Amino acid sequence: MCTVCGCAEGETKIEGQIPGHSHSHSHDHTHSHSHDHDHHHSHGNGHTHGHSHAHSHIAATETATETAAVVDIQGQDLHFGRGPAHAHVPGLTQERMVQIEQDILGKNDRYAAVNRNRFEQLNLLALNLVSSPGSGKTTLLTETIKLLSERWPMGVIEGDQQTSNDADRIRETGAQAVQVNTGKGCHLDAHMVGHALDVLNELDGGVLFIENVGNLVCPAAFDLGEAHKVAILSVTEGEDKPIKYPDMFHAADLMILNKTDLLPHLDFDVDACIEYARRVNPDIEVLQCSARSGDGMDSWLEWIGNRRAERIQSRVDGLRQQVERLEALI
Amino acid sequence: MHEMSIAEGVIQVLEDQAREQQFSRVKTLWLEIGPLAMIEVEALRFCFDAVSRQTLAEGAKLEIIETPGQAWCMGCSQTVPVTQRYDACPQCGSYQLQVTSGDELRIKELEVV
Repeated sequence: MCTVCGCAEGETKIEGQIPGHSHSHSHDHTHSHSHDHDHHHSHGNGHTHGHSHAHSHIAATETATETAAVVDIQGQDLHFGRGPAHAHVPGLTQERMVQIEQDILGKNDRYAAVNRNRFEQLNLLALNLVSSPGSGKTTLLTETIKLLSERWPMGVIEGDQQTSNDADRIRETGAQAVQVNTGKGCHLDAHMVGHALDVLNELDGGVLFIENVGNLVCPAAFDLGEAHKVAILSVTEGEDKPIKYPDMFHAADLMILNKTDLLPHLDFDVDACIEYARRVNPDIEVLQCSARSGDGMDSWLEWIGNRRAERIQSRVDGLRQQVERLEALI
Repeated sequence: MHEMSIAEGVIQVLEDQAREQQFSRVKTLWLEIGPLAMIEVEALRFCFDAVSRQTLAEGAKLEIIETPGQAWCMGCSQTVPVTQRYDACPQCGSYQLQVTSGDELRIKELEVV
């Protein structure tokens, strides 16, 4: 275990960062051992302040977001770890109420905002692909990359609990990929994605695919800074998935029904599935495709192209307005 | 399972607040959780219990303030109660609903020493 911050090695890993658990991670928990056993508290209740050294050793109980910083490197993979909690509890002071009104996911959301800003600066369309395990995300991605590789730079952040199998499959297509192993984690969080982004380069004007951990529950709650969540549902899964896992389909802007080449062999009701998806999210777009046969891939590529063009256009508009404002100042 | 991450997030917020507001232990915390916040309260209690051990919140009482789930029905032009994402409007049966509250997930208040 790291003796500086108490973080355990060997949980979350990101590929391609320097081996040896470097302390480049920027956890906020300062090690200043805030000896803030301030003796200027009111002694009205007459207790003696025998708590001479209340080292509020508030170090390492880290959120999943925070653990992202703790990077242990094995080979080319980065693993995010988690430090044990240790807090020496100082002596008693007065009881009081503290109003804080703080969003629990606020920290993740702040990292997500940083990512979003980085994506914008890079003119990068970031898509967060979410689905259950086995929906065909990785095949859809490899086929997509093959079809788009001539057009734009592309990068992939692959989230899985373990192995770099998926990143290896992506790299076979020639695209850049970085594997994030979440260890025991059930989702990617914004801090992990920020670190993974450090490893990728030359993505300006391109597309970044973030393949989340296969899980239709938890990734819905964690904003990664992406432009859109894309839920992939294979027709082998049953048409009621959108109402069984409503949060995910509510959070997604696009649902892709994948493996449609298998429809003749199944009794999957496409219309019912789309209706269920629209119950939880009236605005969700739906595309049908088969990554294997190539059917419907055109409309998916077109969707990506349109979203990318929109983002670049809105950036152009923003910059143009800025130029106009500046010119008016001359 | 992300209740575990959420519980760790709670402890993180408490530790940050402990530094800022100079307290050393949390006795009770009030969490505001809506029915659409993707949180199973019992799972969160279980995880909080595990995660809070040997922290400033060990043994702290977890009080849950459940906020009502509400949505705006486009058809009826009024606010209606919902408990799930896929609920239909109880008045007109439409699914054209825009959730307006019920996805809160925040720490509201603490009793500290």
